[in-house]
Amino acid sequence: MTSKHRSDETQPAESTSEVRAADVALDTAGGALAPAIVPVSSQSGDPGHEQDSVIRKIVMGNGFVSVLAVIVALILGGLLIASTDAAVAKTAGYFFARPGDFLSAAWSAMTKSYIALFQGSVFNPRQGLQPLLETMTVATPLICAGLGVALAFRAGLFNIGAQGQIIISATLGAYVGFAWHLPFGLHLLVVVIMGVLGGAAWGALVGVLKARTGAHEVIVTIMLNYVALFLLDFLLNTAAFRRAGDNSPISPRLDDSATYPILIPGSRLHLGFLVAVLLTYGVWWMLNRSTIGFEFRAVGANPIAARTAGVKVSRATILVMALAGALAAFGGVAQVAGTEKVLTGGIAAQIGFDAITVALLGRSTPWGTFFAGLLFGAFRAGAVQMQIQTGTPIDIVLVVQSLIVLFIAAPPLIRSIFRLEPKKKNKKTKAAPKAALAHASGGAK
Amino acid sequence: MKLELKGISKAFGTFYANQDIDLVVESAQIHCLLGENGAGKSTLMNVLYGLYEPTAGQILVDDRPVSFRGPADAMAAGIGMVHQHFMLVPVFTVAENVALGAEPTSFGGVLSMDETRTKIREISKKYGFDVDPDALVEDLPVGVQQRVEIIKALVREAKVLILDEPTAVLTPQETDELLDIMRQLKAGGTSIVFISHKLREVQAVSDVITVIRRGKVVGDAPPTASATELASMMVGRPVSLSLDKAPAQPKETTFVVENLTVRAANGTNVVDGISFDIAQGEILAVAGVQGNGQTELTEAILGVQEHVTGSVTLDGKQLLGLPVKEVLRSGVGFVPEDRTVDGLVGPFSVAENLVLDLYDQAPFASGISMKPAKVVENAKAKIEEFDIRTPSAGSAAGTLSGGNQQKVVMARELSRPLRLFIASQPTRGVDVGSIEFLHKRIVAERDVGTPVMIVSTELDEVVELADRIAVLYKGKLVGIVPADTPRDTLGLMMAGVGPEGGSDDK
Amino acid sequence: MSATSTASAPGATALPAFRPSMKVPLTLGVLAVIALVFFGLLGPGQTAEMKISDPGDAVAVPALLIPGQVGGIVLGILLLAMAAYSIYLWTRNTRSPRWLPIAFSVVFVFAVLLWIVAGARQPSISLAGLIAGSVTLAVPLVFGSLSGVLCERVGVVNIAIEGQLLGGAFTAALVATVTGSPYVGLLAAAGAGAAVSMVLAVFSIKYLVNQIIVGVVLNVLVSGLTGFLFGTVMAPNKDQFNTPGRLDILPIPLLSDIPIIGPILFKQSVAGYLMYVAVAVVWFGLFKTRWGLRVRAVGEHPQAADTMGINVNATRFWNVTLGGAIAGIGGAVFTLVTIDSFTKEISGGRGFIALAALIFGRWNPIGAFLASLLFGFAYNLQSILGIIGTPVPSQFMAMLPYLVTIFAVAGLVGRSRPPAASGIPYVKG
Repeated sequence: MTSKHRSDETQPAESTSEVRAADVALDTAGGALAPAIVPVSSQSGDPGHEQDSVIRKIVMGNGFVSVLAVIVALILGGLLIASTDAAVAKTAGYFFARPGDFLSAAWSAMTKSYIALFQGSVFNPRQGLQPLLETMTVATPLICAGLGVALAFRAGLFNIGAQGQIIISATLGAYVGFAWHLPFGLHLLVVVIMGVLGGAAWGALVGVLKARTGAHEVIVTIMLNYVALFLLDFLLNTAAFRRAGDNSPISPRLDDSATYPILIPGSRLHLGFLVAVLLTYGVWWMLNRSTIGFEFRAVGANPIAARTAGVKVSRATILVMALAGALAAFGGVAQVAGTEKVLTGGIAAQIGFDAITVALLGRSTPWGTFFAGLLFGAFRAGAVQMQIQTGTPIDIVLVVQSLIVLFIAAPPLIRSIFRLEPKKKNKKTKAAPKAALAHASGGAK
Repeated sequence: MKLELKGISKAFGTFYANQDIDLVVESAQIHCLLGENGAGKSTLMNVLYGLYEPTAGQILVDDRPVSFRGPADAMAAGIGMVHQHFMLVPVFTVAENVALGAEPTSFGGVLSMDETRTKIREISKKYGFDVDPDALVEDLPVGVQQRVEIIKALVREAKVLILDEPTAVLTPQETDELLDIMRQLKAGGTSIVFISHKLREVQAVSDVITVIRRGKVVGDAPPTASATELASMMVGRPVSLSLDKAPAQPKETTFVVENLTVRAANGTNVVDGISFDIAQGEILAVAGVQGNGQTELTEAILGVQEHVTGSVTLDGKQLLGLPVKEVLRSGVGFVPEDRTVDGLVGPFSVAENLVLDLYDQAPFASGISMKPAKVVENAKAKIEEFDIRTPSAGSAAGTLSGGNQQKVVMARELSRPLRLFIASQPTRGVDVGSIEFLHKRIVAERDVGTPVMIVSTELDEVVELADRIAVLYKGKLVGIVPADTPRDTLGLMMAGVGPEGGSDDK
Repeated sequence: MSATSTASAPGATALPAFRPSMKVPLTLGVLAVIALVFFGLLGPGQTAEMKISDPGDAVAVPALLIPGQVGGIVLGILLLAMAAYSIYLWTRNTRSPRWLPIAFSVVFVFAVLLWIVAGARQPSISLAGLIAGSVTLAVPLVFGSLSGVLCERVGVVNIAIEGQLLGGAFTAALVATVTGSPYVGLLAAAGAGAAVSMVLAVFSIKYLVNQIIVGVVLNVLVSGLTGFLFGTVMAPNKDQFNTPGRLDILPIPLLSDIPIIGPILFKQSVAGYLMYVAVAVVWFGLFKTRWGLRVRAVGEHPQAADTMGINVNATRFWNVTLGGAIAGIGGAVFTLVTIDSFTKEISGGRGFIALAALIFGRWNPIGAFLASLLFGFAYNLQSILGIIGTPVPSQFMAMLPYLVTIFAVAGLVGRSRPPAASGIPYVKG
C-alpha cells in the first residue's frame, strides 16, 4: 500500500484555495450542481475518514477556523458598539489633542458590553453559575431546531422553515397542554407527540411539494413560515385559544402535568435540555451509523448517483423534511412546555432563523450544531442582561451571529486576515482552482 | 500564419500538466496532437487559447512573441478553438451564439443581428454547411452544433483553428465530412491543430503528427507512421492493439429485452421498440454515436427512466416496473456512463463509495445499523484487488484520477455474484494502463458465465470486447452483427443504414 | 425485429399518449369551479358598488353597481370557459398560451373582490383608490424583483433582496434627514443596496460560498445592523437622524386626471416613475442589447461566455451590484414615500415576496412586474377589507400572497426553467 502513496496520479492540492476549489468541484460533480450547503469535509460519514492527512486537519481544521471566526466577529461587533457610544463620540472630538481618552473610551465601551454579556450568560458574582443554566435553557430550542436545519442540509435541502415548524408544533403542543387534562406523565407525552407530529407534517408538506412538483424548498419554506405565523395569530384571536374573559392574544397556562419538569430548582432549566442532548446523539447515530443516514447523505452529496445506486430520492426528500420538521418541533415543544408555559404570538421569537446560523456554525454536524446552539444561546441569554446594564441593543447579537457564519463560510478570508496563508501574488495560482477541478473530475477534459 | 510554442510549461500546484513543450504550426498545415486521455493536450491548447496562463514559456505568432490575457486576445491574434464540449448557449439562436463576444451593435449597444445572419449564410454557403441562423442551438443535432462552433471561429477570421477531439460525437461518415472540411480550410490557407487519440483519423488527414505523453513532447512522426508505432509512442511502451480474449462460450440465454420503448419528456421515442437478448458467457456490445438512445436504454433496464414500455426479463423475471434497488438485488451489476455524475458520490470516501449500492446489505448493515468496520475492511480488500491508487480508504473518491475512480465503480459492481453485468462507457477518460485492466476484468466476468452488455461510443472498444455488436441509431436498433463485421459496415450502421445480408433480426 | 407480443409480459406498464403537463388546465379548472360555487352560487346577495372616480376628480364616471350573486355566477362561467379552453388545448396536446393564465388571474381576482365587497357590511369600494394603492404597495416589490431578475439572469441567486430593501430603507431615512434632501436619500439608498449586493457578490464569486447561505445570512446581518443603529442612533435622536421628509408627488397635468390609469401612471413620485422606467430598461437591456446578451450567456453557460472573451466573474459582480442598487431604491420607497421615517424591520418580509414575484414572473422583468402588482393588490385588499368590514378574517387575507406563491411554484410554474447556471459559481477554465 505504501508504495502507492507516491502515485503521480493523485496530486495533493497544495494551497488551501486549491483545496477549496477542489471541494467545490467535488461538491458540484464538476460544476453540474450548485455547491453543497455542507462543507465537503463533513459530508462523508466516519468509515475510513479518520485517516485524512494531519496537515489538512490542522490547516483546514474546522474548530480552528470557527474559533477565529468567532473572535473576528466579536471584535467587529465591539467596534460597532464603540462607534455608537456617546463617550467615544465625545472623546473623538478631541482625538488629536488626547488620543488616549478616545482609545480608553472605545475600549471601555466594548468591554463593558461584553462583560455584561458574559455575566448574563455564564457567570456573575451575584448569581454564580445561574446565568449558565439560563443559557442552556435558551439554547435548548436552538439546538433542536438547529439539528432540524442541519439534517436537511446534509440531505441537500435548504430548510428555511424551522420557524414555521416551531410555530405549528408549539401551537398544537400548547393546545393539548391547556385544553386537555390528562394524567401526570401521559399528558406531557401527548403534548410532545402532538407537537412533534405537527412539526413533522409541516415539514413533510415541503418534502412532498418538492418531490412531487419540484417546487423549490427555499421558496416553499419561506412562504409556509408566514402562513404558520398568520395561522397562529388567527387562532390566538379565537375563543378556543384565549383565556376566559381576557381579550389579549395569550393562551391559558399549560397544565403542570403537561410541562417538562425543572432540572435544577431555582432556574428555568428543564428536561427539554436533556431531550436535546439525546436528539443530538440520535441524529449523529442516524447520519453516521445508519443506512437511512447513508441514504440522506448520498442524496445530499449527489442525488443522481444515489438514484443510480437504488436510493429512492423522492422518498428520502419527504422523510428528511418530515424528520427536520420533527426536530424543529422539539424546539417548539421546549418553548411552550418548558420555557414559556403559555402560547403567544411571539412564541418562536427568532429561533427558526437563528437555527439556520446555528446549523451553519456547527458545519451541519450534530455535535457541532449542539455547541453552536450553546454559544448562540449564551449570546441570546447574555444580550438581555447587556441591554439592561449598558443599553446596547440586542440586535448586536444578530450582527455578531451573521458575521461568524459569513467568516466560517469563507475560510480563506479568515486565513488571510490572520495571515495564515500569505497571499501569493504569483500569477500561476490564478488558474490553480481549475487544476483542482480538472483533477477532481478525473482529469477527463 | 505561423504559430510557435517555445518551452511551454503549465503547472497546477506541484503537478506539471505540460512541461517544456515546443511546437511549430506552419501556415496552411494540419498539425495533429496525438496523446492519450490526460496526456495534457487540452491543457496545452487552453494555454494557447488564453484560458490558462503558462507557468513558463512563450507563444510566438509569425515569430513575434505574444501574451494572451484571455481568449479575447487569442481570437484577436487569429486563433480560434472548437472545444470538445461545445461552448454554445443552448437557449440562444445560432446567430446569437456566433455574435456573442463580438456583437455588431447600433447606437447605444442595441444588437443588430442582421450582419451576423448574413455572415453565417455566407460561410454556410462557402463550406456547404446547412445552418439556419435563427434556429435555437438546443434543437440542433450535435453535428450541426459543431459546424456552428466552426462558424464562430471563421466569423472571427481565425488563421489557426484548434479542434479538440472533434470526432468524439460524430458517426464515421460525419467524421469523413469533417476531415473534408478540414482539408478545404487548409486549402484556403487556414492552419489546423487537430487533437485526437484516434490513430486512423490522425493518419488520414495530418501533415505533421506530434505525440504528447505525460505532459511532454515525445516526438514528431510523419503521417505515414504505422498505427503500432504511433500507439507505442503514445503509451510509452510497446502495446498490443488487441485484447487476448478466448472465443465466447455462450450458454443459456437468460437476459431478454423485448420491444423496449422509452418516451422522452418532449414526446419522442428516444428508445424505439428495441429487442435483443444476451446469453450467459457472452458480451453484447452496443455501438452508436453518442446520444442515440444508449443512455436511456441502460437506464430503462436499471429502472430510472420514466415512461418505459416493453419487457425486460432476467432469468425469467420481469425487471420493468421494479424499483432500482430490486433490479440491483436481482443480480444486475451496473456501471453508469459518467462516473462523476452518476457513478460516485464525490465527497464520500472511497470506502463508502465501494458500498454505495450495498450499504443496507449484510455484512455492511444489520437492520438499519451500519457496520463501519466491515465497510473499511471491504474497502481495503477491493483497493488491493483492483489496484486502486488512493492515499487511503478514507480519501474522498472525487480526488482520485479518472482511471482510479472508474476502478472504484467497477470494483463495487463486480463485488457480488452477478446474473447480468451492464457497463456504459467503461473506459471513457481512462489511461491506457487502466483500460487494459478494466477490459480484462470485463472479459473475466464473461468467462465465469455472466451475460455482459457493454455500451460504448468508441468503435475500437466495441470491436475489441464484443462477441456480438448491436448498433443503435436514433433510438432504433439498426441490427445485431457478429464481432468481425467490417468497420465500414459498422460505420454505415451507425449512420442508420442497415447491414447488408439482412441480419436485421439477428 | 422480433415480433413477439409484449402485452403478456408481467409488470410491463402501459404508456399513456404523450401530453404536455396538465398542471395548468387542472389548476385553472379547480379554481374556476371554486369561483363558480363559492363566489357565484353561494355568493352574497348584496349589490357591490365600485366607484371609479373620486368625488373631487375632474372627470366624473358613474360607479359600477354589480349584484354579488349574479356577478359571481357570470364571472364563474367566464372562468370555467377559460379553463375549458385550456383543457381542450390539453386534449389536443397543445400548451395553453401565456396570456391565458394571466387573463384568468385577472378575472379570478375580480371575482374574489366582488365576493368580498358584496359580502361586506358596507358594500362599497373605490376601485380607483384600490388600484392606485396596489401600485403604491407594489413599487418596492417591483424594484426588489428586478434586482432578483438581474442577479439570477447572470447566475447568482439573490435571497438577500430583503436585506437590500431594508438597507436601502434605513440609509434613505438617515441620509435624507442629515442632508435634508429626500433625493440625496434616494441615491444613498441605491448605494446601500449595492453595498449589500457587493458582499453577496464577493462571497459567492470569490469565496465560492453557497449563494443561498450568503443571502440568508446577509438578511440577518442587515436586520441586525439596522436594528442596532436604529436603537443606538435613530431612536434617541429622531429629529436629527430620522425625519427624512417625503419625495414629492409630481402629477403630470391633464394626464393624471384620467380615471383609474391617471393616478397609477401619471401621479407618482420620482420613485414611482423610476419603477416604470426600470422595468422597461431592464427588459429592453436584457433582450435587445449587447449587455443583455452577455448577461444571459453568463447566466446560462458561463464557460461559453468565457471562451468568447467575456469576463464571467466581472460581469456577475457588476450586475449583482446593479441589482442591489435597484433594490436599494425600492427600499427607499418605504421611508421616503409610504411612511416618513424608519422603523425596525420596516421591509417586513417584502423581499421574500419580491423573490416569489420573480419566480412567478418566470425570470422576466415584465413578468416580475405583473406578479408584483398582483401581490401588491393582495396587500392592499387586506388593509381595505378591515375598513369595509368583511367576514373573512384578516389573517387569511394576509396569508394569501404566500399561499398563492406556494401554489404558483408547485402548480403553475413548478418546473419552469431558471437560468441554467444560476447558483453555480464559476471556476475558471
